[in-house]
Amino acid sequence: MALEEKVKEIIVEKLGVAADKVKEDAHFIEDLGADSLDTVELVMAFEEEFGVEIPDEDAQEITTVKAAINYLRKKMDQAD
Amino acid sequence: MQLKDKVAIVTGSTRGIGKEIALEFARRGAKVVVSGRNAERAEAVCAEIKTPGGSAIAVAGDVSRMADAQQLIERAIEQFGQIDVLVNNAGITRDNLLIRMKEEEWDEVLAINLKGAFNCIKSVTRQMMKQRSGRIINITSVVGQIGNAGQANYAASKAGIIGLTKSVARELASRNITCNAVAPGFIETDMTGALDEKVRESLQAQIPLGRLGSVSDVARAAAFLAGDEAAYITGQVINVDGGMVMGG
Repeated sequence: MALEEKVKEIIVEKLGVAADKVKEDAHFIEDLGADSLDTVELVMAFEEEFGVEIPDEDAQEITTVKAAINYLRKKMDQAD
Repeated sequence: MQLKDKVAIVTGSTRGIGKEIALEFARRGAKVVVSGRNAERAEAVCAEIKTPGGSAIAVAGDVSRMADAQQLIERAIEQFGQIDVLVNNAGITRDNLLIRMKEEEWDEVLAINLKGAFNCIKSVTRQMMKQRSGRIINITSVVGQIGNAGQANYAASKAGIIGLTKSVARELASRNITCNAVAPGFIETDMTGALDEKVRESLQAQIPLGRLGSVSDVARAAAFLAGDEAAYITGQVINVDGGMVMGG
Protein backbone atom coordinates (compact mmCIF):
# COMPACT_ATOMS: atom_id res chain seq x y z
CA MET A 1 0.00 0.00 0.00
CA ALA A 2 1.28 3.46 -0.81
CA LEU A 3 2.47 5.55 2.11
CA GLU A 4 -0.23 8.12 1.50
CA GLU A 5 -3.04 5.59 1.75
CA LYS A 6 -1.54 3.98 4.83
CA VAL A 7 -1.32 7.36 6.58
CA LYS A 8 -4.95 8.10 5.75
CA GLU A 9 -6.02 4.69 6.94
CA ILE A 10 -4.33 5.25 10.31
CA ILE A 11 -6.03 8.64 10.64
CA VAL A 12 -9.44 7.16 9.86
CA GLU A 13 -8.91 4.42 12.42
CA LYS A 14 -7.41 6.53 15.20
CA LEU A 15 -9.76 9.50 14.92
CA GLY A 16 -12.83 7.53 13.97
CA VAL A 17 -13.66 9.79 11.02
CA ALA A 18 -15.06 8.97 7.58
CA ALA A 19 -12.40 8.31 4.92
CA ASP A 20 -13.75 11.02 2.61
CA LYS A 21 -13.15 13.64 5.31
CA VAL A 22 -9.44 12.88 5.38
CA LYS A 23 -8.41 15.31 2.66
CA GLU A 24 -4.82 16.45 2.29
CA ASP A 25 -5.43 19.90 3.71
CA ALA A 26 -7.50 18.65 6.65
CA HIS A 27 -6.27 19.81 10.04
CA PHE A 28 -6.43 17.11 12.73
CA ILE A 29 -7.86 19.32 15.44
CA GLU A 30 -9.85 21.91 13.48
CA ASP A 31 -11.29 19.70 10.74
CA LEU A 32 -11.18 16.16 12.08
CA GLY A 33 -12.25 16.77 15.67
CA ALA A 34 -9.07 15.49 17.31
CA ASP A 35 -8.03 16.66 20.76
CA SER A 36 -4.40 17.22 21.70
CA LEU A 37 -3.99 13.71 23.11
CA ASP A 38 -5.39 12.27 19.88
CA THR A 39 -2.63 14.00 17.93
CA VAL A 40 -0.03 12.46 20.25
CA GLU A 41 -1.57 9.04 19.68
CA LEU A 42 -1.60 9.58 15.92
CA VAL A 43 2.13 10.24 15.99
CA MET A 44 2.62 7.14 18.14
CA ALA A 45 0.69 5.12 15.56
CA PHE A 46 2.82 6.53 12.71
CA GLU A 47 5.95 5.61 14.62
CA GLU A 48 4.79 2.06 15.04
CA GLU A 49 3.47 1.57 11.53
CA PHE A 50 6.53 2.99 9.79
CA GLY A 51 9.15 1.93 12.33
CA VAL A 52 10.52 5.43 12.77
CA GLU A 53 11.09 7.66 15.75
CA ILE A 54 9.46 11.08 15.61
CA PRO A 55 11.00 13.60 18.03
CA ASP A 56 8.61 15.85 19.98
CA GLU A 57 9.78 18.97 18.10
CA ASP A 58 8.84 17.35 14.79
CA ALA A 59 5.62 15.89 16.16
CA GLN A 60 4.32 19.36 16.97
CA GLU A 61 4.58 20.33 13.31
CA ILE A 62 2.48 17.39 12.15
CA THR A 63 -0.92 19.04 12.37
CA THR A 64 -2.48 18.21 9.01
CA VAL A 65 -2.87 15.16 6.80
CA LYS A 66 -0.48 16.67 4.28
CA ALA A 67 2.13 17.48 6.91
CA ALA A 68 2.02 13.87 8.10
CA ILE A 69 2.42 12.47 4.59
CA ASN A 70 5.27 14.82 3.71
CA TYR A 71 7.07 14.23 6.96
CA LEU A 72 6.85 10.46 6.78
CA ARG A 73 7.83 10.39 3.10
CA LYS A 74 10.97 12.38 3.93
CA LYS A 75 11.68 10.20 6.94
CA MET A 76 11.29 7.00 4.91
CA ASP A 77 13.54 8.32 2.14
CA GLN A 78 16.24 9.01 4.72
CA ALA A 79 15.89 5.51 6.05
CA ASP A 80 16.37 3.89 2.64
CA MET B 1 -6.85 -11.50 45.34
CA GLN B 2 -7.98 -8.03 44.53
CA LEU B 3 -4.97 -7.23 42.32
CA LYS B 4 -4.62 -10.61 40.66
CA ASP B 5 -2.24 -10.51 37.67
CA LYS B 6 -2.03 -6.73 37.66
CA VAL B 7 1.46 -5.45 36.97
CA ALA B 8 2.58 -2.77 39.40
CA ILE B 9 5.75 -0.69 39.55
CA VAL B 10 6.56 0.72 42.97
CA THR B 11 9.43 3.21 43.10
CA GLY B 12 11.44 3.49 46.28
CA SER B 13 10.22 0.07 47.34
CA THR B 14 13.41 -1.13 49.00
CA ARG B 15 12.23 -0.02 52.44
CA GLY B 16 9.66 1.91 54.46
CA ILE B 17 6.25 2.65 52.99
CA GLY B 18 7.28 1.67 49.45
CA LYS B 19 8.45 -1.76 50.53
CA GLU B 20 5.17 -2.41 52.33
CA ILE B 21 3.21 -1.27 49.25
CA ALA B 22 5.20 -3.76 47.14
CA LEU B 23 4.56 -6.58 49.63
CA GLU B 24 0.87 -5.72 50.06
CA PHE B 25 0.31 -5.59 46.29
CA ALA B 26 2.06 -8.97 45.95
CA ARG B 27 -0.13 -10.46 48.70
CA ARG B 28 -3.14 -9.34 46.68
CA GLY B 29 -1.84 -11.14 43.61
CA ALA B 30 -0.02 -8.37 41.71
CA LYS B 31 3.19 -8.88 39.76
CA VAL B 32 5.52 -6.31 41.25
CA VAL B 33 8.46 -4.35 39.88
CA VAL B 34 10.61 -3.43 42.87
CA SER B 35 12.73 -0.36 42.31
CA GLY B 36 15.25 1.69 44.24
CA ARG B 37 18.74 3.08 44.09
CA ASN B 38 20.19 0.21 46.12
CA ALA B 39 20.30 -2.91 43.92
CA GLU B 40 20.99 -5.28 46.79
CA ARG B 41 17.99 -4.08 48.80
CA ALA B 42 15.78 -4.23 45.71
CA GLU B 43 16.79 -7.85 45.16
CA ALA B 44 16.07 -8.64 48.81
CA VAL B 45 12.50 -7.27 48.60
CA CYS B 46 12.05 -9.14 45.33
CA ALA B 47 13.13 -12.37 47.03
CA GLU B 48 10.73 -11.70 49.90
CA ILE B 49 7.89 -11.58 47.36
CA LYS B 50 9.02 -14.63 45.42
CA THR B 51 9.62 -16.91 48.41
CA PRO B 52 5.90 -17.44 49.17
CA GLY B 53 5.22 -17.85 45.43
CA GLY B 54 4.75 -14.25 44.31
CA SER B 55 5.97 -12.72 41.06
CA ALA B 56 8.47 -9.85 41.05
CA ILE B 57 11.54 -8.37 39.42
CA ALA B 58 14.03 -5.86 40.79
CA VAL B 59 15.20 -2.89 38.73
CA ALA B 60 17.81 -0.67 40.34
CA GLY B 61 17.89 2.96 39.32
CA ASP B 62 17.57 6.60 40.26
CA VAL B 63 14.20 8.03 39.20
CA SER B 64 15.56 11.58 39.25
CA ARG B 65 17.30 10.60 36.00
CA MET B 66 14.96 10.37 33.01
CA ALA B 67 17.03 7.58 31.44
CA ASP B 68 16.68 5.44 34.57
CA ALA B 69 12.93 6.07 34.71
CA GLN B 70 12.57 5.04 31.07
CA GLN B 71 14.62 1.92 31.66
CA LEU B 72 12.44 1.00 34.63
CA ILE B 73 9.31 1.18 32.48
CA GLU B 74 10.94 -0.71 29.60
CA ARG B 75 12.12 -3.54 31.85
CA ALA B 76 8.64 -3.87 33.31
CA ILE B 77 7.05 -4.14 29.85
CA GLU B 78 9.76 -6.56 28.70
CA GLN B 79 9.12 -8.82 31.67
CA PHE B 80 5.36 -8.62 32.11
CA GLY B 81 4.02 -7.19 28.82
CA GLN B 82 1.89 -4.48 30.41
CA ILE B 83 1.80 -1.95 33.26
CA ASP B 84 -1.42 -1.57 35.20
CA VAL B 85 -0.23 0.45 38.17
CA LEU B 86 2.58 2.93 38.80
CA VAL B 87 3.20 3.97 42.39
CA ASN B 88 5.50 6.98 42.69
CA ASN B 89 6.77 6.57 46.19
CA ALA B 90 10.51 7.29 45.96
CA GLY B 91 11.31 10.11 48.32
CA ILE B 92 14.02 11.50 50.53
CA THR B 93 14.34 14.19 53.21
CA ARG B 94 17.14 16.70 53.71
CA ASP B 95 15.71 18.66 56.62
CA ASN B 96 17.01 22.07 57.55
CA LEU B 97 15.67 25.45 58.50
CA LEU B 98 15.13 27.42 55.35
CA ILE B 99 17.66 30.05 56.38
CA ARG B 100 20.32 27.34 56.63
CA MET B 101 19.13 25.17 53.77
CA LYS B 102 21.76 24.59 51.14
CA GLU B 103 20.86 24.85 47.50
CA GLU B 104 21.87 21.20 47.06
CA GLU B 105 19.48 20.15 49.82
CA TRP B 106 16.65 21.86 48.00
CA ASP B 107 17.63 20.51 44.58
CA GLU B 108 18.18 16.94 45.67
CA VAL B 109 14.80 16.62 47.39
CA LEU B 110 12.92 18.22 44.49
CA ALA B 111 14.82 16.07 41.97
CA ILE B 112 13.89 12.76 43.54
CA ASN B 113 10.49 13.49 45.08
CA LEU B 114 8.91 15.63 42.38
CA LYS B 115 10.92 15.31 39.19
CA GLY B 116 11.22 11.58 39.84
CA ALA B 117 7.44 11.28 39.77
CA PHE B 118 7.27 13.36 36.58
CA ASN B 119 9.94 11.21 34.92
CA CYS B 120 8.12 7.97 35.71
CA ILE B 121 4.69 9.27 34.73
CA LYS B 122 6.02 10.64 31.43
CA SER B 123 7.69 7.32 30.70
CA VAL B 124 4.66 5.16 31.51
CA THR B 125 2.03 7.29 29.77
CA ARG B 126 2.55 5.90 26.28
CA GLN B 127 2.03 2.33 27.47
CA MET B 128 -1.04 3.16 29.54
CA MET B 129 -2.55 5.21 26.70
CA LYS B 130 -2.14 2.24 24.38
CA GLN B 131 -3.72 -0.06 26.94
CA ARG B 132 -6.57 2.40 27.45
CA SER B 133 -6.21 1.76 31.17
CA GLY B 134 -3.89 2.52 34.03
CA ARG B 135 -3.59 3.65 37.61
CA ILE B 136 -1.07 6.18 38.79
CA ILE B 137 -0.70 6.59 42.55
CA ASN B 138 1.58 9.26 43.94
CA ILE B 139 2.70 9.27 47.55
CA THR B 140 2.53 12.80 48.91
CA SER B 141 2.41 13.83 52.58
CA VAL B 142 0.34 15.86 55.04
CA VAL B 143 3.39 18.10 55.14
CA GLY B 144 2.60 19.09 51.54
CA GLN B 145 -0.82 20.26 52.74
CA ILE B 146 -0.02 22.02 56.01
CA GLY B 147 3.74 22.68 55.82
CA ASN B 148 6.37 21.83 58.38
CA ALA B 149 9.12 23.94 59.91
CA GLY B 150 12.47 22.55 58.81
CA GLN B 151 11.05 20.81 55.74
CA ALA B 152 10.48 23.57 53.20
CA ASN B 153 12.10 21.46 50.47
CA TYR B 154 10.20 18.28 51.34
CA ALA B 155 6.88 20.10 51.81
CA ALA B 156 7.30 21.92 48.50
CA SER B 157 8.03 18.66 46.70
CA LYS B 158 4.98 17.00 48.26
CA ALA B 159 2.70 19.96 47.50
CA GLY B 160 4.06 19.80 43.95
CA ILE B 161 3.04 16.14 43.78
CA ILE B 162 -0.56 17.15 44.52
CA GLY B 163 -0.65 19.64 41.62
CA LEU B 164 1.00 17.06 39.39
CA THR B 165 -1.57 14.45 40.43
CA LYS B 166 -4.55 16.64 39.60
CA SER B 167 -3.13 17.77 36.24
CA VAL B 168 -2.29 14.23 35.16
CA ALA B 169 -5.75 13.09 36.28
CA ARG B 170 -7.32 15.68 33.96
CA GLU B 171 -4.98 15.02 31.04
CA LEU B 172 -5.36 11.26 30.99
CA ALA B 173 -8.93 10.72 32.17
CA SER B 174 -10.21 10.33 28.60
CA ARG B 175 -7.88 7.35 28.20
CA ASN B 176 -9.23 5.58 31.29
CA ILE B 177 -6.11 6.34 33.29
CA THR B 178 -6.68 7.56 36.84
CA CYS B 179 -4.20 9.45 38.97
CA ASN B 180 -4.55 9.88 42.71
CA ALA B 181 -2.37 10.69 45.67
CA VAL B 182 -2.06 9.18 49.12
CA ALA B 183 -1.06 11.59 51.87
CA PRO B 184 0.39 9.77 54.86
CA GLY B 185 0.65 11.58 58.18
CA PHE B 186 3.24 10.46 60.66
CA ILE B 187 4.06 6.82 59.98
CA GLU B 188 6.45 4.54 61.84
CA THR B 189 9.42 4.25 59.45
CA ASP B 190 13.17 4.86 59.48
CA MET B 191 12.35 8.40 58.39
CA THR B 192 10.29 9.17 61.52
CA GLY B 193 12.28 6.79 63.77
CA ALA B 194 15.08 9.34 63.68
CA LEU B 195 12.94 11.86 65.58
CA ASP B 196 13.58 12.30 69.29
CA GLU B 197 11.07 11.37 71.98
CA LYS B 198 9.94 14.93 72.66
CA VAL B 199 9.17 15.62 69.01
CA ARG B 200 7.28 12.34 68.77
CA GLU B 201 5.15 13.22 71.77
CA SER B 202 4.24 16.61 70.40
CA LEU B 203 3.42 15.00 67.04
CA GLN B 204 1.19 12.44 68.65
CA ALA B 205 -0.74 15.21 70.41
CA GLN B 206 -1.72 16.59 66.97
CA ILE B 207 -3.18 13.29 65.79
CA PRO B 208 -6.87 12.77 66.64
CA LEU B 209 -6.43 8.98 66.65
CA GLY B 210 -3.60 9.45 69.14
CA ARG B 211 -0.95 7.27 67.53
CA LEU B 212 1.44 7.15 64.62
CA GLY B 213 0.31 5.17 61.60
CA SER B 214 1.87 1.99 60.26
CA VAL B 215 3.25 1.35 56.81
CA SER B 216 0.43 -1.11 56.18
CA ASP B 217 -2.17 1.62 56.85
CA VAL B 218 -0.69 3.45 53.86
CA ALA B 219 -0.17 0.32 51.74
CA ARG B 220 -3.82 -0.68 52.08
CA ALA B 221 -4.99 2.74 50.87
CA ALA B 222 -2.67 2.45 47.87
CA ALA B 223 -3.97 -1.07 47.17
CA PHE B 224 -7.54 0.22 47.23
CA LEU B 225 -6.70 2.92 44.68
CA ALA B 226 -4.96 0.32 42.50
CA GLY B 227 -7.94 -2.04 42.51
CA ASP B 228 -11.11 -2.21 40.43
CA GLU B 229 -13.18 -0.81 43.29
CA ALA B 230 -11.52 2.60 42.82
CA ALA B 231 -12.26 2.86 39.08
CA TYR B 232 -14.31 6.07 39.42
CA ILE B 233 -11.86 7.92 41.67
CA THR B 234 -9.39 10.29 40.04
CA GLY B 235 -7.56 13.49 40.95
CA GLN B 236 -8.02 12.88 44.66
CA VAL B 237 -5.77 13.06 47.66
CA ILE B 238 -6.57 10.36 50.21
CA ASN B 239 -5.21 11.22 53.65
CA VAL B 240 -3.99 8.35 55.81
CA ASP B 241 -3.07 10.40 58.82
CA GLY B 242 -5.20 9.50 61.84
CA GLY B 243 -7.28 12.61 61.24
CA MET B 244 -4.48 15.19 61.27
CA VAL B 245 -5.76 17.01 58.20
CA MET B 246 -9.48 17.18 57.60
CA GLY B 247 -11.46 18.75 54.77
CA GLY B 248 -10.15 20.36 51.60
